[in-house]
This record gives sequence, C-alpha cells and structure tokens, in this order.
Amino acid sequence: MIPLSYYVAVATTLFVIGLVGVLIRRNFIIVFMSIEVMLNAANINLVAFASYFDALDGQIAAIFVIAIAAGEAAIGLAIIIVVFRRKIATNVDQLNLLKW
Amino acid sequence: MTTFFFFYLSLVSIISGILTIALRNPVHCGLALLTLLLHVAGFFILLNSEFLAMVQIIVYAGAILVLYLFVLMLLNLKTEERVFHQRTAMISFVTASIGGIFLMVLLRSPFASLSGNATQEAIGFVGHTKAIGITIFNDFLLQFEIIAVFLLGAIIGAIVLAKTPLTQQNDSSDKT
Repeated sequence: MIPLSYYVAVATTLFVIGLVGVLIRRNFIIVFMSIEVMLNAANINLVAFASYFDALDGQIAAIFVIAIAAGEAAIGLAIIIVVFRRKIATNVDQLNLLKW
Repeated sequence: MTTFFFFYLSLVSIISGILTIALRNPVHCGLALLTLLLHVAGFFILLNSEFLAMVQIIVYAGAILVLYLFVLMLLNLKTEERVFHQRTAMISFVTASIGGIFLMVLLRSPFASLSGNATQEAIGFVGHTKAIGITIFNDFLLQFEIIAVFLLGAIIGAIVLAKTPLTQQNDSSDKT
C-alpha cells in the first residue's frame, strides 16, 4: 500500500508546475492549460483522500471540479476568441485594461 | 505491482506537466497536457475509482482538450520568439521554493482522520458507478442542481461572447 503522503507529494509538485506555468507563459491558451494542470493536481488530492479514508464525498467533489473546469474552459476560450478578433492583444502582458 | 505503476504514473505525469508549460509550440503543449490527463486517469484507477477515471478520459481528454485544440487551430497562433515572461528564472525559483516548503510540511503530516463507511467491500458490492450515483442524488442533490445551472450559464455565456456582433457582420457583407 502506497503511503498517502506520496500522492500528496505528486499533487503538490503538479500544482507548483501549473502555478509556474500561469506566471511565466505569455500565450493565453497555455495559461489556461496550466490552470487545467492545477485543477488535476487538486483532483488527485481529493480522490486520494477519499480513497484512503473510505468516503465517497471527495470523489463527488472531483466530479464537480471536472464540471467546473469544462465551464471555465468554454467561457475562457470564448473570451480569448473575442480578444483576438477585436485585436485587443496577442499575449497576456498586453491585456492591461483592468490593471490598477 | 501497484508501487511500480504509481512511480511510473507520477514520473510521466510530472514530466508531461513540465513539458506542458515549457514547450514552445502550443499544439505540442496541448499534446503534453493530453498525456498528463491520461496519466491522472491512471492515478484514479490506482485509487479504486474507475468511474472517475472514465469521466476524466471522456470529459477532460475527450471534450475539454479537443476544445482547446480547436481554438488553437482557429486562432492560428504563431510561435513567438519570446514565449516566456521576462523574469522567468526569478518567478520559477520563488514559486518552486514556496512549493518545496509546502512539500516538506505535507510530507511530515500524519494525515489521520476518521474513516467513512464507503469501504472497498461496500463499494464493490454495488459497483462504483452505482455508489457514486446514490451518493450524488441523495447527499449532494443541491450541489448537483447548482452545477447544472452553472453549465447552462456557461453555455449561454460562451455563445453570447463568441457570437459575431451584428454590426461587424454587416460590414463584412458590404465589402464582399
């Protein structure tokens, strides 16, 4: 039986990778892909804890996370298409309309 | 056997995660993300939740990733000469050190908790899909309905956002 800590370690590593990706990439779509990496890390954690503590709640939460990710991808990609069509920006750095 | 699969899955998912954020061509990044999603599904099978693994493959790898690749194809993004942020090294170092601290703390925690009643035997008796269904429609019915309304809102929002504006349509028809 693999210790629960190993799953948590893998999930943390993936989460950090996704976070670095959000911070360093300039392409819109790859920033969104990094968010998917982070959501998957969270899903591994939820399912691992649910499986080790014999509760189904974590797996239900993981299903909800997948549904939220689908909605987020649809809305985000629609916004990206609008930004590209109006020629507002071509990468993340140039989007500063809402910048304080 | 389980140990071997665990280490294989974690190695490949971490490598493909790094490739997702490091490759220059966006399509290659999408394919690395596909590898990551399939291996996360492998983790779910390792954790005895096969319904979730199938949902992961069908919804994530089948639908969401295809949506990403469609948008990539539609926008025809060029590979720029400067893909990364200016202060990439500094940002990666700071984030990795914060992640290392988290990892150290998490690896030391005992993670003890009360166990629920959904043991392997109890789930195996009815089947994983049925157990998930019974839980979702008994204990999580309100959340399920909220997700349904959320997805409806996401569909409507995506259509409204990505629709070609009426004025722009007229302009393009005048030119042709």
